[in-house]
Amino acid sequence: MSTIRIAAPTIANKGEVIELKAMIQHEMETGYRRDRFGKEITRDILKYFECFYNGESVFKAEFFAAIAANPFLSFFTTATESGTLEFRWIDQNGVASSQSVELEVS
Amino acid sequence: MSGMAARLTVFCGALIVAFASEKMIAQEITSFADRPDLSPDKVQSGFNFLTAETQQLQTDSFANPGYLWVDKGQRLFTDSKEGKSCQFCHDANSEGSLIGAATRYPLVDSATNALVNLEERINLCRTRHQQLPEFIYESDELLSLTAYVANLSQGMPFDVVVDGDAEPFFNQGREYFFQRKGQLNLACSQCHDDSWGKMLRGDRISQGHSNAFPGYRLEWQTFGSLHRRIRDCDVGVRAEPYQLGADIYKSLELYLSWRAADLHIESPGVRR
Ligand code: HEC
Ligand code: HEC
Repeated sequence: MSTIRIAAPTIANKGEVIELKAMIQHEMETGYRRDRFGKEITRDILKYFECFYNGESVFKAEFFAAIAANPFLSFFTTATESGTLEFRWIDQNGVASSQSVELEVS
Repeated sequence: MSGMAARLTVFCGALIVAFASEKMIAQEITSFADRPDLSPDKVQSGFNFLTAETQQLQTDSFANPGYLWVDKGQRLFTDSKEGKSCQFCHDANSEGSLIGAATRYPLVDSATNALVNLEERINLCRTRHQQLPEFIYESDELLSLTAYVANLSQGMPFDVVVDGDAEPFFNQGREYFFQRKGQLNLACSQCHDDSWGKMLRGDRISQGHSNAFPGYRLEWQTFGSLHRRIRDCDVGVRAEPYQLGADIYKSLELYLSWRAADLHIESPGVRR
């Protein structure tokens, strides 16, 4: 299981713009490197990231081979209602990693 | 790895010229009074030699990727799936608290009279107190646990014992630091005592302190131990590097911890 770090407020006022930060431990092996015996190192990257706010997609990103290891994303959304923020990554083989946090809006 | 070795090789090529007329290796340094250019008021963390952007990456405790390993280490520390967790004996509010423990390493283990560093100390608890197998040096698990334990001493200065049983190890480590080696025939001291502040191609040479490690190197794109960092410097002068966890590197680590006295542990540091 990959280690995931999320920074998100737990409470916000309705209509407030909130910053969400997400980082995941991942090698993001490009597939362009060779090991010391000259053999190609197989590509191993995350392909998609998406953040859902009560099931609705509020931010998405597509990753390519040039993204650094342990990618770090920071983005904004508007607090509309209390509920769940889900952060979800999908790797090149379709395997998902995700983590959720609760947000209380008043 | 080989790309990096090649890169270091090129920049060290340019360095030979710079050092050709350099003074002889400095006298062996046994006290701070003998090392005016590294006296406590001149000792500087490698942090001071980083760009503002890299400094910011380290100090922002969310953006600093090293905390991925600290977090994972904390998870392993409290994990009791295989019996007693580390936490069971080392709760922060108990006598077994590990706050400040990292400042004392490496130290001589009284049971075996061997010098052990933090990584080995953790492995000793695995075998002696948990009846579990050792983790491999530089494995993600051992790096993570070491990151967590080192982080509990963040902001504290090193406080190692270098006399008594530790003295032969200390002397061996110091000797290594001043010994010329590799095809480029350079000693650690020639870069990190005599040339700090100067540029070595794209890098500004720091005083070569150990207080950021285990830490995150952008060049590695991952987290690594002090021994991995030292291997990079040995490879850089085209010397045959020792194994991670080698006795000589542990002795060197003791000398480095002593030499960095007064500097605060930064782990997880971020370095270029
Ligand atoms: C050819 C010059 C050179 C030699 C010789 C050399 N290093 Fe380095 N070292 C560097 C450079 C360049 C860096 C990266 C920039 C910096 O932090 O100094 C570095 C980094 C380090 C660091 C990390 C410092 C930090 O704050 O991140 C340590 C520790 C270190 N060296 C130890 C050693 C030891 C021990 C030796 C001898 C085995 C050694 N170095 C030999 C050039 C050298
Ligand atoms: C059953 C109790 C027990 C467990 C479980 C245990 N330890 Fe220990 N640990 C000890 C004792 C006792 C010592 C003191 C030295 C000795 O007697 O071995 C110690 C010493 C240490 C030290 C050195 C402290 C110092 O101040 O020098 C570290 C670091 C450490 N343990 C880390 C760990 C980690 C990490 C784990 C989990 C992988 C762990 N320990 C699991 C009992 C335990």
